[in-house]
Amino acid sequence: MKGGIHLKPALLMVGLYIFFKFGMPLFTAPLPASLIMLYLMLTFSGIMIFMTLSGTSMESFLGPIFRFISGDGQDGTMKMARLAVLALFPLLVGWQTYTSTASSTAPPAENRTVHPAPPGEFAAMSNPVPNTPENVMQGKGLYAAYCSPCHGLFDGKGPASRGFNPPPANFKDPTTIAMLQESYLFWRIKKGGVGLSVEGMPWKSAMPRWEFELKDEQIWKIIMGEYDGAGQKPRTWE
Amino acid sequence: MRNHEALQGQDPGRLNLWGLSVVGLALLAGLLGVPVAGWAEDAASASAAVSYRDIPQLGGSRNIIWVVAQLHLLLAGFVLGVPIFAWLCEIVGWKTGEKRYDKLAKEFTKLLTSSYATTALFGGILLFLLISFYPKLMTYLTDIFFPSFIAYCGLFLLETATLYLYWYGWDVMQEGRAKVFHLFLGFLLNFFAFFIMVIPNSWATFQASPVVIAEGSNVARAWAATWNPTWWPVNIHRLIANVVLGGYICGAYAGVRYLSAKSAEEREHYDWMGYVGNFIGVFGLLPLPFAGYWLMREIYQYNQQMGITLMGGFLSWLFILQAMLIGVLFLGSNYYFWLGITHRIPGAEAKYKKPIMAMLVILLLCLGVWMTPHSLVASLEEARKLGGTHHPLLGVFGVMSAKMTVANLMILVTFMSFIMYWRAGKEETATWAKLARAVMSGVLGVAAIVVIVLGVWGYFVPAIVRINYFSVAQVLIVIFVMLTITPLTALLLRSARTTTEMIWGRMPPRAGYALVLNAVMVILLMTLMGYARSSSRVHWHIYGVMRDNSEYAYSPALGYAAAFMSLNTFLFCMLVAFIFWVATMGDKAKAGHGAMPAMAGGSPELDRSKAH
Ligand code: HEC
Repeated sequence: MKGGIHLKPALLMVGLYIFFKFGMPLFTAPLPASLIMLYLMLTFSGIMIFMTLSGTSMESFLGPIFRFISGDGQDGTMKMARLAVLALFPLLVGWQTYTSTASSTAPPAENRTVHPAPPGEFAAMSNPVPNTPENVMQGKGLYAAYCSPCHGLFDGKGPASRGFNPPPANFKDPTTIAMLQESYLFWRIKKGGVGLSVEGMPWKSAMPRWEFELKDEQIWKIIMGEYDGAGQKPRTWE
Repeated sequence: MRNHEALQGQDPGRLNLWGLSVVGLALLAGLLGVPVAGWAEDAASASAAVSYRDIPQLGGSRNIIWVVAQLHLLLAGFVLGVPIFAWLCEIVGWKTGEKRYDKLAKEFTKLLTSSYATTALFGGILLFLLISFYPKLMTYLTDIFFPSFIAYCGLFLLETATLYLYWYGWDVMQEGRAKVFHLFLGFLLNFFAFFIMVIPNSWATFQASPVVIAEGSNVARAWAATWNPTWWPVNIHRLIANVVLGGYICGAYAGVRYLSAKSAEEREHYDWMGYVGNFIGVFGLLPLPFAGYWLMREIYQYNQQMGITLMGGFLSWLFILQAMLIGVLFLGSNYYFWLGITHRIPGAEAKYKKPIMAMLVILLLCLGVWMTPHSLVASLEEARKLGGTHHPLLGVFGVMSAKMTVANLMILVTFMSFIMYWRAGKEETATWAKLARAVMSGVLGVAAIVVIVLGVWGYFVPAIVRINYFSVAQVLIVIFVMLTITPLTALLLRSARTTTEMIWGRMPPRAGYALVLNAVMVILLMTLMGYARSSSRVHWHIYGVMRDNSEYAYSPALGYAAAFMSLNTFLFCMLVAFIFWVATMGDKAKAGHGAMPAMAGGSPELDRSKAH
């Protein structure tokens, strides 16, 4: 019953799984299970779409499967195989249900909001400090003193960074400060992890609150130094 | 015969209006009558300035409004979307002289008339509930929008009158100048409908991005409030979305009728109608992401806080759901096109297998990128290995530059699916056919490459450059592709020889189901975006102006909201099914019984033999 028609799709699914699960970690960070699942689901729906495009391909792809499950005219090994599948499948579902609902010591999967909305009073601010070379230089100096232990050379890899989860932000990554307005950074630096808004739960950020150590003017200078050092530009509207 | 038909159309319409009004009134009476306890309490403490009233026994004011408002909005979207293409179909029928287009337009209009009353009914219920539940807010809004409330009532009268004339005059105004007048009525219908949409949009968008001026006459204040920053973006977005909704629902209607068709003519007709519905849906779907992008941009620029709440904050997960729904919609629409090629055009399967495979792979790759969130759902252990919830390699897929790029590519692929379908079964005979084909593939290839290059480059320029130039350029390129390839293909096909005639009524049942699936996806999408629009105001009735002080001022979690979206989708589908059932009862009686029960591919035997 297993013609070649089932081989390629099956190989594709297995191959992709192996690649995502074991191949990717060889050259980059491993993928979380949720993402692997998503990609495999996409692949599966692609296979189903392609195989059901015409009556012939649908029949040759699904026909044998349906006939196998319906048990028409089977005997011997086929019959046993069918019974085995029919017995194993519910068990598999049961096991899956059990593992996904049983209580365990692991904390639930997180979907932390990386960029929660800033409080209203910060949203409309603009940088009052002129963007001059001296100011940028001063900002970089302050940055080196206060921020680099964690944020490193703007890449989030300072000497102290390894201990933190979530890790200190990597400012060179185009998906962090390049997406944000200066006022947003001002809020994050001034209020730190403890000042995150409600929607930024769970508040477990190690980002310190700098409002007591640094004057507002210094924070604005750091922001300019930070953008300059990371080679990014803040989000603006003009 | 004609009179008979008109009568048939009339009766269900009236019955429908009456039936529903009665049911609606009964419901209202129920709402008011049952929870006596709740009301007695309120009455005791009632003062001149009540801010809120509630019926907690029925799930609370917010949930009731949620359901009623969403249903009203969906119905309204359908009722405003359908006349647009019903009228276009009528024009096509009139210009080309093809009767089937006229018949189709009339069938669309029949669905329209029967849903119109229900839409108004739900609007009425919504209004009563809003006034009852939120007296303070409604007083404030009335104070500002008084002039446009009045204008709205006037428009409603005009629209209703026009609709009556348009529908009941269909058969009488068939020939010559009468037909032209009828077409003019169709135009008026759409004209009024447009304003019926944009006026309430101004109320709703005002709540999200208010413009309040203290001085000036009533009209001046209303005018300023109407022209708030998100008004036009929402108008455009909704206009397009309504066409999409209408198209896909008509497609689903045709799909269901096709599945239950009893005669060959019926199968042919509903197969074709399903095709037109899907085409209209896709046609609207293509520009929709652009309109959505513009809307988001305006929101972000209007208020950074609201923009971040939506795009990076607690609502950002909603856009992953959105990607999933849009993805299914794109896949479903393309699947339907492809099924059309393999089933309606005998012998086309072998020839088109490879291109279809290529398109499918591109679509899936794009979807994979679109659905990859910026910060991933990971268990603690995984997050440790990952060093956070941000993947160093795939994290780049999480931002707008990537999403815009894949959205554009998916639009291109879907457009090419349609072009392929259009050209299938024909042989181009023009002497310049080869050149034209080369130009088309050149344009397409270059466009795809430029879109990707701009997408990647977008990571290395300031946000404003990306938003104002790169994204816009991507959109313009895609539009340019459509505007060059469509007329070229049309020209090519004018002189083409048809090698294989398209045969209608041979689609397998799964095509009908695909149409239904697409409609459900669109409805789910609209309920999702309804939640997004309302929640982005967070704890404000009117953003930054009037706070929500009720006990419902919190934002419901996505899981809870998803349950409501599903409920609303389900209720809407039931409602529409009921309305259509009532509206077409006449046809069925007319068709009579005893016809051959040849349900569309109901037996696999039939399906298989058709496939060759
Ligand atoms: C103790 C280590 C530590 C120090 C010191 C530190 N940060 Fe952070 N910072 C973090 C961590 C961890 C995060 C990521 C978690 C978060 O977003 O709150 C972060 C996040 C940020 C963000 C948010 C980036 C984004 O994409 O949202 C900014 C901006 C920032 N830090 C700036 C600074 C500046 C400027 C300084 C110096 C004045 C500084 N940080 C010092 C640990 C630190």
